[in-house]
Amino acid sequence: MSQPALILRDVHKSFGSGERRLCALDGVSIQVAPGSVTGLIGPDGAGKTTLMRLCCGLLKMDGGSIEVLGLDAAQQPAEVQAAVGYMPQRFGLYEDLSVQENLDLYADLQGVPKDDRPERYARLMEMTRLAPFTSRLAGKLSGGMKQKLGLACALVRPPRLLLLDEPTVGVDPVSRRELWEIVYTQVQEEGMSVLLSTAYLDEAERCDEVILLHKGKVLGQASPGRFSEEMVGRVWEVAAEGLRPRRLQAELARHPGIDDAIINGDRVRIISSQGYQPQAGTLLPTVQGLRLEAAAPRFEDAFVDRLADPDEAQRATPEINKLAPAERTGNPIEVEKLERRFGDFVAVKRISFSVGRGEIFGLLGANGAGKTTTFRMLCGLLPLSSGRVSVAGHDLRTAAARARGRIGYMAQKFSLYANLTVAQNLRFFSAAYKLRGSRQQERIEWALDGFELASYADTNAGTLPLGYKQRLAFAAALMHEPEILFLDEPTSGVDPLARREFWARTNALAEAGVTVLVTTHFMEEADYCDRLVIMAEGAVLAEGTPHEIRARARTPDNPAPSMEDAFIALVQGRETAA
Amino acid sequence: MLRHILALAVKEFLALLRDPRSRFVLIGPPIMQLIVFGYAASFDLDHVAVAIFDEDGGGAARELVSRIQGSPHFEIIAHIKEEAQVAPLVDNKKVLLVLRIEPRFSDHLAKGRGGSLQLILDGRNSNTAMLALNYMRAIVLDFNQYLGKVRGSTGPPVKLSMRAWYNEDLNSHWFIIPGIVGLLTLVVTLVVTALSVAREREQGTFDQLLVTPLRPTAILMGKSLPGLVIGVIEASFIIVVAMLWFEIPLRGSLGALYLGLLLFLFSAVGIGLMISAISVTQQQAVLGAFLFLVPAVILSGFATPIANMPEAVQWLTFLDPLRYFLVIVRGVFLEGDGYALLMDQYWPMAIIGLLSLAAAGWLFRHRMY
Amino acid sequence: MRLAGMIRKEWLQILRDPSSIAIAFLMPVVLLFLFGYGVSLDAKDIPLGFVIDSPDGNTASFRASFDHSDFFRPKRFNSIQDAQQALAERRIDGIIWLRSNFSSQLLSGLDAPIAIRVNAVDANQARITQGYIQGAWLSWLSQYARQHGRSLPLPVAMEQRVWFNAALISRHYLVPGLVAIIMTLTGSLLTAMVVAREWERGTMEALMVTPLNMREMLVGKLVPYFFLGMGGMLFTVALAVWQFDVPFRGSFLALLGASALFMLVALALGLLISIVSRNQFVAGQVAIIVTFLPAFILSGFIFDINSMPAPIQMVTHVVPARYLVSILQSLFLAGDVWPVYWANMGGMGVLLVILTLVVRRKAYKGTFD
Repeated sequence: MSQPALILRDVHKSFGSGERRLCALDGVSIQVAPGSVTGLIGPDGAGKTTLMRLCCGLLKMDGGSIEVLGLDAAQQPAEVQAAVGYMPQRFGLYEDLSVQENLDLYADLQGVPKDDRPERYARLMEMTRLAPFTSRLAGKLSGGMKQKLGLACALVRPPRLLLLDEPTVGVDPVSRRELWEIVYTQVQEEGMSVLLSTAYLDEAERCDEVILLHKGKVLGQASPGRFSEEMVGRVWEVAAEGLRPRRLQAELARHPGIDDAIINGDRVRIISSQGYQPQAGTLLPTVQGLRLEAAAPRFEDAFVDRLADPDEAQRATPEINKLAPAERTGNPIEVEKLERRFGDFVAVKRISFSVGRGEIFGLLGANGAGKTTTFRMLCGLLPLSSGRVSVAGHDLRTAAARARGRIGYMAQKFSLYANLTVAQNLRFFSAAYKLRGSRQQERIEWALDGFELASYADTNAGTLPLGYKQRLAFAAALMHEPEILFLDEPTSGVDPLARREFWARTNALAEAGVTVLVTTHFMEEADYCDRLVIMAEGAVLAEGTPHEIRARARTPDNPAPSMEDAFIALVQGRETAA
Repeated sequence: MLRHILALAVKEFLALLRDPRSRFVLIGPPIMQLIVFGYAASFDLDHVAVAIFDEDGGGAARELVSRIQGSPHFEIIAHIKEEAQVAPLVDNKKVLLVLRIEPRFSDHLAKGRGGSLQLILDGRNSNTAMLALNYMRAIVLDFNQYLGKVRGSTGPPVKLSMRAWYNEDLNSHWFIIPGIVGLLTLVVTLVVTALSVAREREQGTFDQLLVTPLRPTAILMGKSLPGLVIGVIEASFIIVVAMLWFEIPLRGSLGALYLGLLLFLFSAVGIGLMISAISVTQQQAVLGAFLFLVPAVILSGFATPIANMPEAVQWLTFLDPLRYFLVIVRGVFLEGDGYALLMDQYWPMAIIGLLSLAAAGWLFRHRMY
Repeated sequence: MRLAGMIRKEWLQILRDPSSIAIAFLMPVVLLFLFGYGVSLDAKDIPLGFVIDSPDGNTASFRASFDHSDFFRPKRFNSIQDAQQALAERRIDGIIWLRSNFSSQLLSGLDAPIAIRVNAVDANQARITQGYIQGAWLSWLSQYARQHGRSLPLPVAMEQRVWFNAALISRHYLVPGLVAIIMTLTGSLLTAMVVAREWERGTMEALMVTPLNMREMLVGKLVPYFFLGMGGMLFTVALAVWQFDVPFRGSFLALLGASALFMLVALALGLLISIVSRNQFVAGQVAIIVTFLPAFILSGFIFDINSMPAPIQMVTHVVPARYLVSILQSLFLAGDVWPVYWANMGGMGVLLVILTLVVRRKAYKGTFD
């Protein structure tokens, strides 16, 4: 079995025509080794999904050739489709069919003999731990369970090559680990080859080999270790006494000799520029008690180092005016025994927390944990079933319109008017926030300059590149200089570089005294928050500073647990308690 | 407040006109409906296929047949010789009617006795059959009077002198085309307003709007303005086409027509926003608009008279704003009505508009999720 | 096995999602009642104004012939001015004016004209009203002649026989056509939406990489909807016969054959729409514009195709409903008229072949671009 499971030779593919022509894949040549897991890594829009679809013969390529298990994908699509298993990003589960009926359908379609089914079903149900739910409708499963069922359907007849398109997006950490276990079991037991795309960089390390894809081009193919090796000697961890990691990170990010600085637990992880050797004493002369240690490089370091474009690296962060000291005392956000029911389903179960002025407060949890419901109640978009909410002293649902002028809001999905231009959007939102005349003009210019949107002012918002869309949404939420900013999943579907840009901006806001409430399902982002709550199934699992929460998961085996470890420990702790 | 409404309305217009799909909704249906309704929808008959079964063959029979031949309404496509030929012709829809002239028809007439004719009609389309029957009766009546004159007798002692008011040539286009002003304006306004909130809900921008300091009433008014303006423009366009292209006379007061139009749009916008406030997705909004439009058009008297409906259904039509506007638009176009004669049509639309807008406002506030 | 799996899945989905069953069974009821009762061309109780300048026995007997008719609701006015005012205010639809010299002229054997004014805004109704008035007048004349022992000075008498729909009830011709409209909705709209739903929810992508080939997939999807549509058709026909008392004179087998062929055409059309549009919103809109509206206006359901201008008559040949409407009107009212039946079946057959070829060209795997 030395022949590669999948070979791409100089594959080209573009969409649209004329000026709008978009090149999705530009001369891609890769190979996937048999009996291994190969990761396809790249930011959104890199061409991952297009590549997957080409491999199963769902798209016609413009040039090049693809060989799947010795078959030509362009000439023999039916044979290819019969031989591979494919799980699209949104797997085709029929939500109005039960788990069993979905399995039966795919077994019928794949031609699995009736006699072999009970055994296969039993094995799949055991692996996915879905056995107790076989008669439940697929639409009623949680996000993680749906994803596992999708994988089970793709595995009903074990394929020789399995293609998985972003199988773990938005899935809670526990289900993510289970999905990975299933994949590895299949590789070991059935000798399956797997090509898996993901936007989570930590998952790259679990692959045998990694293909880095960016803007339709392959930047490299090697084992994750090989990628990291290149970074040896450039990755460090910095800590300073008396200085919060967030401040330290902001200082370090401005340093000319440092390419990247991110918060990692209680420390800041930096990548020094090629040929620059940072010293604890001289790195930041103004900071006392700085400690610097060399750290083991990770795949993410290599990724950022390769992709960060010096031109794009100037992070578009506008100047933010310091807020006038508050007239009122008391916390800007107070939540008490908040509950929300939809019929007999309790989406949010009597949760309480409060957010102090100038704090970045995180609401963490997997999809479906109740984050967004809570968030919408805070913004006054959803009535409460019971409990009390106070934002800047008001319940926004009943408060006068003026109270809403104090908050800024950025929705999960890009939610500006897609067929209005950037300038028209800004003009409308500034008018909606009662800005007028020269003040309005001044703020529009501030947004266009500060977020580097000036060159796109007359472009339709809907056709902006993803990163710019987010800048625009951010700008629109800040037009009126709000005291409190609500951000719902701002980093979902955004590549690591844009996420860095986003957090730099949010930090600057918090420094200026703005209170920020942010939801996210990326556990590692928790470290950017001053305080956070972790939610699961509508209830608060834990509340505290990132340090406190991580400390709960500390065990002799794992003295420095990550936030994800802490989350899993919390969930499992609750399950055993129940 | 006023600035807010204006800012919203400007944004609505931009959003509408910059989107090719909505542009199509504004331009496609008007033109298509004008063509289809303007030309295809007609109850008038001409060139009805006729077969003549002349068992007589005399002079009087030939005279009658030549009158039928001369009529624009009929076209003789067959002369048949025997009874057995009648059924296949009618059954197979080759002809709509067969005129049978009795043997010795001319002879009887010449002798001063009555001649008799038999008309066999295909009643599958009862309306067509009825109209053809009326046309044929008119020809026979005319023939009778001609016979009387030839014989020097006075003809029937009583004559009908018929006059059709307002539509002297009984052209059913004159009836249908002014109706399109109402139909089309309703469709476009309703779809535009019904989609406006639902689209924002679906794209997530409605949340963004609700967290701004805009008041629900301002949002409501900002959203109704484009519907009104677009409705007025579309209606004016069709009025002009009706007058210049289809040459339908506009005899009444233009002011009275536009007053009616505004009230009608007011009620249509109210209903559209109500649908929009209820629906979560654009699909639901389109479905809702469709569910309202089909009965609204059928029960409006657009194609068939309200007076022919059962009593209970007639009561239902009072809820339909199109019913009132159709009276206004036809009244102004053909009957030459002014304000006074249309008063009874104005106020029900105003009430429907007020009630539906109030309901939409209430739904807005209570169904923000 | 693959095909069976696909069909089973489709059935389960239909059963789980009541909305498709509602479209197949509830919508026919709603439409049937709406059209059955709301659309009628049969005028009755037409309000007529009577102005009789000098009442006497003759005018009374004339008026009595209107009083006894179901078609009219006569109302007395004292002066022609009052009556004209009432006509302008739309309180009456026509005026019959017997002048002061009516009786004297009648007795002296001179012309005694009856002036008739009809509000002709609705030309079709005006024509029907005129026809009714003429009929009432003729019957009064012959009665008058009989009573006074005179011969009627109308030498030619015409007797009409309306075949298939003797009483000329418009419902009898509208309801069979409605079956075609309803089948268009269930067939095309429903299919367009369900296939588009697979694209939208991403399930199409998962199906495509299974060994299922395109033909199995399409057949598997369509078979359940075929039976659903046929079920809806039988239900509608049952309602038409038992609820609306429309006679059914043809053979059941012919009905099944024609509707099955039509259903295939409608399904193919729906499939084509969904393949082209790919999302439920667009599919729904396109389905309404290209299937529902033409079925409504260009099929001969209400408006007679023969009286449309020639270019539009050509267009109607690509409207599948046109053929079914024609077959149904014959089957219900006339019986099995094989030449009509097979000619229209041929039309549908040609459309089906063309559509199948187009669908096969459009629907190959690897259409993800």
